[in-house]
Amino acid sequence: MIECRDIEKVYRSGEVETYALRNVSLSVADGEFVSITGPSGSGKSTLMNIIGCLDTPTKGEYLLGGENVSELDSDELAEIRNRKIGFVFQSFHLLRRATVLRNVALPLVYAGIVKSERAERAAAALRAAAFPEQFWNHLPNQLSGGMMQRVAIARALVNDPLLILADEPTGNLDTKTGDVILDTLQRLHRDEHRTIILITHESYVSEHAQRVIHVRDGSIVGDIPVKERRIANNHNQV
Amino acid sequence: MRYSDILDETRISLTANKARSGLTILGIVIGIASVIAMVSIGEGAKGSIQSSIEGLGSNLLTVLPGFVQPGRGIVSSGRGTAQTLKNEDIDALSSLEGVKAVSPELQRRFQITSQIGNNTNSTVVGATDQYAAVRTVEVENGVFLSPTHERSMSHVAVLGPTVAKDLFGEDVDPLNKTLRINRVNFKVIGILKSKGGSGFMNLDDMILVPLSTMQKILSGVDYLSTIALAVEDKNQMPAVQEAASAALLVTHRVSEPDFSIISQADILGALSQVTTTFTLFLASIAGISLIVGGIGIMNMMLTTVTERTREIGLRMAIGARRRDITWQFLMEAVMLTFLGGLIGVLIGWLIAFVVARFVGIATEVSWQAVLTAFGVATGIGIVFGYYPARRAARFNPIDALRYE
Repeated sequence: MIECRDIEKVYRSGEVETYALRNVSLSVADGEFVSITGPSGSGKSTLMNIIGCLDTPTKGEYLLGGENVSELDSDELAEIRNRKIGFVFQSFHLLRRATVLRNVALPLVYAGIVKSERAERAAAALRAAAFPEQFWNHLPNQLSGGMMQRVAIARALVNDPLLILADEPTGNLDTKTGDVILDTLQRLHRDEHRTIILITHESYVSEHAQRVIHVRDGSIVGDIPVKERRIANNHNQV
Repeated sequence: MRYSDILDETRISLTANKARSGLTILGIVIGIASVIAMVSIGEGAKGSIQSSIEGLGSNLLTVLPGFVQPGRGIVSSGRGTAQTLKNEDIDALSSLEGVKAVSPELQRRFQITSQIGNNTNSTVVGATDQYAAVRTVEVENGVFLSPTHERSMSHVAVLGPTVAKDLFGEDVDPLNKTLRINRVNFKVIGILKSKGGSGFMNLDDMILVPLSTMQKILSGVDYLSTIALAVEDKNQMPAVQEAASAALLVTHRVSEPDFSIISQADILGALSQVTTTFTLFLASIAGISLIVGGIGIMNMMLTTVTERTREIGLRMAIGARRRDITWQFLMEAVMLTFLGGLIGVLIGWLIAFVVARFVGIATEVSWQAVLTAFGVATGIGIVFGYYPARRAARFNPIDALRYE
């Protein structure tokens, strides 16, 4: 359960105050698949940073799984991110010099989990992300974009997080490969009941969620269920 | 984050940039290698000086004519110019408590010719039978000077091995042969055992003749150039030194000393001070290259941190705390300098070995020097790696993730 109450984010540069978010309240139930959409500069990135515990609000409360995380320091936030959130980024953010398995296991390294258990859990996460086993010991630069993003999804799953936060996960991929990723996310939602928040500026992508939150000029201007939900069906392609 | 994981990260990132890592640690390698080599040469020199001086007899007090100014050292003592030591002093010194033996000596350089026509310029020392005991020399072949030789002003000589070789060659036994010192014939009655040359004072290159012969026939003077005292016990050295000084003041009827008494400890102290200063000087030059090497490490680490900004952002996003990031980069720097230290110690050791083997200077690689080198190398890693590591840890994950 994710709950934002009257969140405000103000950036100060000298005397000038810029409101990136103003009176934002939203809640996402466990097992929901929500997308947050809006044009660039709308504040959706700021909202994502706060939901992802990368940043804290200037005002307001943010409850993640019942825990108020709006006033934690950077190390405490790091721990919350490590235990409760799985990130999927537009540009994949894989370590170039580490194998697929090591990339997936990386969050477990910071959780202080021993090597043997890390290998097991990384393997389970890769299977859940439908990543073919013969590439497990490859380096990221030997993989296609779609494959890299599935490694990133596996990495997001490995810590069994409360929430998967995908920031433009299809932004660097062509439509077909993007559909594979959306399919993977939809399956994780449907089969494993994962809570997923998808940030995108494309309405086509946002319509794969159950519910779309529109952000504009730092405020939520719409929060509506998707009437005709798109179902990606490309999971046989890589 | 576990330590083994930090080490894993370090290994991966260092091996990914082998050439750069190698070039970066070169400064540390050179610095540590030169520290080890310089210090080992210095220590070796100190060791050989120490052993050669101790070989002269560690219970030895040397009385020299003329007063040595404190701090001016033994080199400018004006030996041989002052004529204040006389034969009467011998009795005064022999009667002192704690004195085992007294060896009065008069030395000069003379041209010496052998029967077969070889000639050499060497130190001729007029000495008594006591010389052997005080100076710890031994006769290899033949006999040493005796009191009889002294009383009868015999024309006999005991040769140091170097002189013997110079005058008579390798194959001839010089015993009972005749040689001419300052146009006076002497018969060779003994050859000394080699004491080994110590560079600045070759103890093998001299000839011993009876003191009386030296004073009355060869040089025509009645004074002494040195009186050497053997003290019974090492602990009595200061007491004997003082008593001797007092006794000589009385016999010379002076209030200010016109002589100097030097113990082996004084000489040793002065020389080790010189070699220590020398070693420190060399080590500090080498130390400068270590600092330069450290700056190289810092430079590389700053580059690495900037290059890997996005990676740092990712690590922070998935749960790395600030101290995990600090540790990772600090460990990288320390590992670099540690490896540099390791290679440096090996190369320094090799240099010391090569110098000892082919240049002939004694070297001594001490464990302290090796441990200090490692400590310094690691310390440099910490000092110069800390700033880049802290910088990495202070990144804001949001900005770092978006860094291009």
